[in-house]
Amino acid sequence: MFDDRSPIYRQIADRIKADVLSEALRGDEQVMSTNQYAAYYRINPATAAKAFQQLVEEGVLYKKRGIGMFVSPDARDALRAKHRESFFADVVDPMVAEAKAIGIPIGEVIGRITELEGR
Amino acid sequence: MRVDVEDLVVTYGEVTALDRLSFSLEGGKIYGLLGRNGSGKTTLLSVLAAFRKESSGTVRIDGEPVFENEGLTSRVSLIRDAGETTDLGTAEDALYFAEWLRPHWDADYARSLMDLFGLTRKMSVKGMSKGMRSALGVVIGLAGRAPLTMFDESYLGMDPPARYAFYDALLADYMEHPRTIILSTHLIEEVSSLFEEVVIIGRGRLVVHEETQTLLSRGTAVTGPAERVDAFTDGLTVLGGTSLGSTKSAMVYGEIDEARRGRAAEAGLELGPIAMQDLFIHLTGDAR
Repeated sequence: MFDDRSPIYRQIADRIKADVLSEALRGDEQVMSTNQYAAYYRINPATAAKAFQQLVEEGVLYKKRGIGMFVSPDARDALRAKHRESFFADVVDPMVAEAKAIGIPIGEVIGRITELEGR
Repeated sequence: MRVDVEDLVVTYGEVTALDRLSFSLEGGKIYGLLGRNGSGKTTLLSVLAAFRKESSGTVRIDGEPVFENEGLTSRVSLIRDAGETTDLGTAEDALYFAEWLRPHWDADYARSLMDLFGLTRKMSVKGMSKGMRSALGVVIGLAGRAPLTMFDESYLGMDPPARYAFYDALLADYMEHPRTIILSTHLIEEVSSLFEEVVIIGRGRLVVHEETQTLLSRGTAVTGPAERVDAFTDGLTVLGGTSLGSTKSAMVYGEIDEARRGRAAEAGLELGPIAMQDLFIHLTGDAR
């Protein structure tokens, strides 16, 4: 989900989503302003606003007029559900393909997963 | 401030510097003005600042003609490379003159910018290095808070820390005091993230005027096995490309729709963005 080659506003949006998933940002918590993001990343505030706009459209953030942007109360649950949907396609399938390509038996991969699970 | 340029022509003797150039800026944004050497950037900015008269065509700022329009002079500021200052006197004299000229002058801000760039008021302008003179120009341009502020390669001679201090100050001050800012530069990689819109000119004509993010979204690097890249890009606008062995990367200009993206994925092709600098290089042509 994180990609240096994608536009800066998408990277900002992804980072905010990651913060919501990790609970660094919680429901109804205010996020930094467009101007703070613009100064931090040294980008035009309109570009930062584009990231926020995308997150509002996706339901991750909501706007309180005159105050700022806040995390939607159900944003984390929605993001988790969405990532669960794509988890196998995004993470597991490429891992299995990579394991096959370099000759690691699937049994070993499963063993490793079981080992990590037990920790 | 709104800027409307229509069919602008400027000739110097037999040389046509601007050749029926037309574009409009809505105002209140940071604009990047990009163009190769001799493309007409400085001529354009000089006409906008009323330093030079158009040969034909019209230039209007907030609907008013620019040349010999006294009412506009104090509201339009152009900082040229290595500053807008004369060789005479000290930095203090230059600031005093700017304060007299600019109704929105912020003396406290000017002082803090002088400190930021390590300039003192007693320094003689003539004795300054090129970088210091540029920095003084930046101080005058930013603290003047002119509703239309233009910087024409105002970073010349400034080292990277000074340039980045300039970019940060410009961005912060623009956010606090929104106004129309036009930046002309060759250091595209450093500054393009500050631009809301980009105007690219070439040989005195408009090449493209577009919102920065939209322009960037039009460029796509298509990478993969050469024959598959060629098949995929057939019929698309290809700006250029490079090859490494059997791998090829082609720069495509234009929207790539979902169906095409799907086909690229099926063909095992990688699609990635193109940096503003590369787009600029390929949109403005060969090495001449």
